Order: sequence, then structure tokens, then C-alpha cells
Amino acid sequence: MTIALKEPRSRINAGDMLRHINIGMLIFAVLYAAVALRQPSYIEPAGFLNFLRRAAPLAILASGQLFVLVAGGFDLSMGSVVTLTVIGASMLTGGDPAMTWSTIACLYAIGLGVGLINGVAVAYLKVPSIIATLGTLLSVNGVAMMWSGGSPRGYLPDNFRMFGRFVFRDVPVIGTFPLSVVILMIVVALAGWGLHGTVFGRRVFAIGDNPRAAELAGVRVDLTRIAAFVLSGLAAVTAGILLGGFGGVSTDVGAGLELQAIAACVIGGAKLMGGRGSIIGVVAGALSLFALFTLLNLVGLPQALRDTAQGLILISAVASGAYRQRRDG
Amino acid sequence: MSVALVPRKPARRSLPIPLLLFVVSILLYAGVALGTHSPEQLGVDGLVGLLQRTVALGIVALGQTFAILCGSIDLSVGTLISVAAVLASFIMDGRPAMMVPAVLAVLTLSVVVGLINGLVIARLRVSPLIATLGLGLIMQGVLSANFNNFAGSVPPAFQAVAYGTIGPLPWSVLALLVLTLASSWLLRQTRFGAHLYAVGGNAAGARLAGIRTDRVTIQAHVLCSLMAGLSGLYLASRLRSGAPWIGRDGVYDLESIAVVVIGGTLLSGGRGGVWGTIAGVLLFAVLDSLFNMLGVPAFPKQILRGAIVIAAVALYAARTRRHVA
Repeated sequence: MTIALKEPRSRINAGDMLRHINIGMLIFAVLYAAVALRQPSYIEPAGFLNFLRRAAPLAILASGQLFVLVAGGFDLSMGSVVTLTVIGASMLTGGDPAMTWSTIACLYAIGLGVGLINGVAVAYLKVPSIIATLGTLLSVNGVAMMWSGGSPRGYLPDNFRMFGRFVFRDVPVIGTFPLSVVILMIVVALAGWGLHGTVFGRRVFAIGDNPRAAELAGVRVDLTRIAAFVLSGLAAVTAGILLGGFGGVSTDVGAGLELQAIAACVIGGAKLMGGRGSIIGVVAGALSLFALFTLLNLVGLPQALRDTAQGLILISAVASGAYRQRRDG
Repeated sequence: MSVALVPRKPARRSLPIPLLLFVVSILLYAGVALGTHSPEQLGVDGLVGLLQRTVALGIVALGQTFAILCGSIDLSVGTLISVAAVLASFIMDGRPAMMVPAVLAVLTLSVVVGLINGLVIARLRVSPLIATLGLGLIMQGVLSANFNNFAGSVPPAFQAVAYGTIGPLPWSVLALLVLTLASSWLLRQTRFGAHLYAVGGNAAGARLAGIRTDRVTIQAHVLCSLMAGLSGLYLASRLRSGAPWIGRDGVYDLESIAVVVIGGTLLSGGRGGVWGTIAGVLLFAVLDSLFNMLGVPAFPKQILRGAIVIAAVALYAARTRRHVA
């Protein structure tokens, strides 16, 4: 049965390469070039690494979201989990650096719990994920508001904020290296290995493509689906920890991030309703989206038009993908 | 072929979902009103207040039912509501003479938005989630870039849309009833309705049967956007002005989808109807009233609301053997 799972080796020529290149990479290259033209410091290693540092949470969210998307669902609760992570961090640590590590363990437990609830609601209660995760989005936001009393106070200790802000100095050749980029690389490597290098990853693709066929082939559809939601929840907590280091504690840190994560996945070539997607493409999609936001900032467009640009790039990426698919048969 | 001669067991029919939801809503409402010693909630004023809560979400949800029945979905309705409300109150700016042009402008815009949604989905083959989410983002960006607070105002004559009554019953509640009847007629009695169910149930089969599936999808989206525009007009009248966040604050896109699904319409299309949707809207309005009567604070209310959305769908979805993603 392993033969059927292997992709046919394709002939390598320029035309094919161009045709199969990930659309997300292409968009990222174009947008980043535009950013660099506007602000040359972005070409230097430090500028690029700083860009990566700020894009890291989105790329991590998108990597987690991809597991759910490939399995055929959606996770709309990611943004609210990010909010809960930041609020929870400030409430649990209370500004005490000694509490940081136990707080992080606790936050991951919360992410695991939300993922389990999502997974169980979809796999056993048969609630479509778009509704189930909408429900957890409302509830988790409610928990975050209740926990903080509606107006978050307190601050995060420095050793918690370190994950988002710390930069290694005196690194040979490139000079500096942000800790959040190291975390991003670890997450991407783990996610890439999990989705593309393990049996579990194959099962995720299988249940997204055709759950009935996967079941007949002996895949535990329910457990695989739950695992995908749990991974998404854990990714959201990771992104929340990084974002906590970027800015202050507020109740809207995570608002709208779930849609940005889905957008990044789609720009990176993931198919809604499951069965297709790659971690590399999705990271490229997230970087594209972030390059677009950076570009809009540099050009001085109103912040609100971010949404408009995001909508345009989303529709055009998917429309061009659909066109390429029809043309190639 | 003896098998064919064995009489088929009649399919067990469970209680129809719309009726069930209506009964549950009414019992819940009456029970809590009596239990909390607030019998005034069962008086005319209390009931009218309850019905008035259903109007804004009810109108959008009717439109959403069309989109979902044909196998599509519309995530742009929340933004379109904001756009419609702001546009109406901006054009009227307190002048009664501008009422008709403003309403016409809103309805035209709604049709255009529906056409774009439908065309992008049917012709460019973009997934409906992405197409409508994208157009919603595009509209929200343009709207927020130009308006950041209540814009203009509606003249008193236009406020009658939300506040005028016939006897004790508000016009707006009657309008929702008429729209529901009209939608039910469209779905049950017209060729368009039959085609809509066919496309939602099996698009490839419908195409082979000679139905122009693209056109049906586009029509469903135009209807859906029109309803969202109407809901925006109602909200502008009720709030006396339009602001760019009213659609987002009401979470109309996701709530309209939730009530459609709670009302028994399949998220994948092809089965369901508007009465279930209206029953779902009533259930939401009843829950809101219950939380008020029981004095549940705002944040726990939100937590409960999320849990109820999941539980309501799970109640009958859990029986399906199919895989759900």
C-alpha cells in the first residue's frame, strides 16, 4: 500500500518547475521585493530577521491551522485562544518572574483543553467544525473577559516577554538572531515533520480527502481529527506567548487572527475542505500576508485598508489556484 | 428480485425540527418568566419586546438560508449590514426627502455585492467561504477607512420602520413574517426553489438534469445580500444612525449561520427550510431574554452562548453516522 501513497516522480524541466512552484512563495517574493524597494534596510540580514520575528506568530498559527484544514475542518477558535493565553499569562504570573514556567505549562494545558473540546464536538457530537469552533470562540473569549474582569490589568514578567523580544547578539556572520525566529524554526520543523514525515500526517491527509475511505483502510478518523484540533490549540498558545512579548496585555490581541491564519494557509496552497496543503507553502503564505501588511504600513495607507488588501489577495490567490488547476486538468 | 417485493419499513419520522424548536423556546420562556416571578414578560409588552429581538438576525438568517441551501455560504453579510446602515444614514443625513434615494442606493449596492459573490463563486470557482470572506474584508476595510463613528442620521419618518406599530405589533415583526412567508413560497412553490434544492443536494446531478447551476448560485447570493441590506436598513432605523461596527458587533455572519444550522438546514446544502431558521432565531432571542431575566452577567452569558450553539447543533447532529469535518 505504500506505493499508492508515493507521489509520482515528475520530470524536471523549467516549465514544470514554474507550474508547480508554490503560489505563496511567488507572492512572498514579489511583496518582499516591494517592501525592500521602499525600505532598503529590509534586505540586510538584521532587517529580514526582524521581519521574521514579527511574522513568527502568524506563521505558527497558520502551521497549526493547516492540520485542521488538511483534515477537512476549520479552527475559528485560534484567535480567542491567543487572547486567553495573553490574559491568562498576566493573571497567572501576576508579574512574578518565578511563576513563568509553571504558567507556560498551565497555558499549554488550556490550549490542549480547547483543542480537545473542539475535536470531541466535531468527531463525536458531529457538529460541523465551523459551528463548533465558533462556539468555542465565543466561550473562550467570554472566559478571557471574565478572568480579566473586562479590563485587563497587570503586566507580564520580563522572562515571559523574553520569548517574543530576546535577541541573541554577536552571532557570527549575521550579527543578531531573535529567539522568536528560533522558536518559529522549531515549530515549522516539527509541524513539517508531523504532517509530511509521519504516518499520522498521512492519516490527516487521508481523512481530509475521503474520511469514509480512510476509515475503511483502518484509520481512526475520530482520534486523528481530535489530534489535529489539539495541535492547532497548542500552536495558538505558542503564538500567544510570542505575541505577549510584543505588545501589552489587552482583550483584543487575538481578534481576527484565526482568519489571517486561514488566509495564510489558503494563499500557501492549502485546499479548504481538506486533503491538500504543505507546511512550507503555508509559511510562505503567512510571510506574504505579513509582507503585505508591512508594505501597506510603509506606503502610509490607513490601517483599515489592511483588511481590503487582505481580501483582495485572498480572492486572487484562490482564483488563480482554481484557474491553474482547471488548466492543468 | 424478491427483495423488491418486501414492503419497505416506513421511515421513522422524528418530530420536525422547526416545531420542536418553537415548542422548546416557548416552554423555556414561559417557565423562566414564571419561575423568576416576572410575569410582565408574558404580557403584551414583554412578548413584543421578545419578537422585536428576532427582526435583525431573522432577516439576515432568511437570506443565509438561501445561500446554505444551494451548498454555498455567505460570510460577508455582517459587513454588508454595516455598509448598508452607514450608507443609508449618510445619504439621508436627517432629510426625509432623501429616504427613497438612500433605500434605493442600499438595495442596488446589495444586489451588486450579491452578484459579485455569486460570480466569483460560480465563474471563478473560488470556494464560497473564501470568496465571501474576502469581499467582506474588502468592504470592511473601505468602510472603516472612511468612517470611524456614527455617520449622518436617519429622519424621524424613517425611524418608523423600527418603531412604528400596527396595534401592539411592530411593523418590523410583520415585515419579518411576510419575508418568511415569501421565502417559504419561493422555496416550496417555484421552479427557482426546486432548482435551489437540486443544486445544493447534488450540483453535478443538477447540471446533468439541465439546470443552470451557476445561475441558481448567483440568484441565491443576490437574495442573501438583499436580505442583509434590508437588515442593515432596519438597524439604521432602530439605532437612528449607522456605524461601521454594527455588523461586526452583532456577529451577524456567524450567528446567522448558526441559527440556520440549528434550524435543521444541512450545512452542505440541499435540505432544510426557512421555518427552521426562524425557529432558531426565536430560540436565540428567548435565550437572550432568559439571561436578562435570570440576571446572568455579560461575560458568563457569552460563555453560555458558545456552549449552547454547540449543544443545540449536537442534539440532533450526534445521531448521524456520516463523517463530519
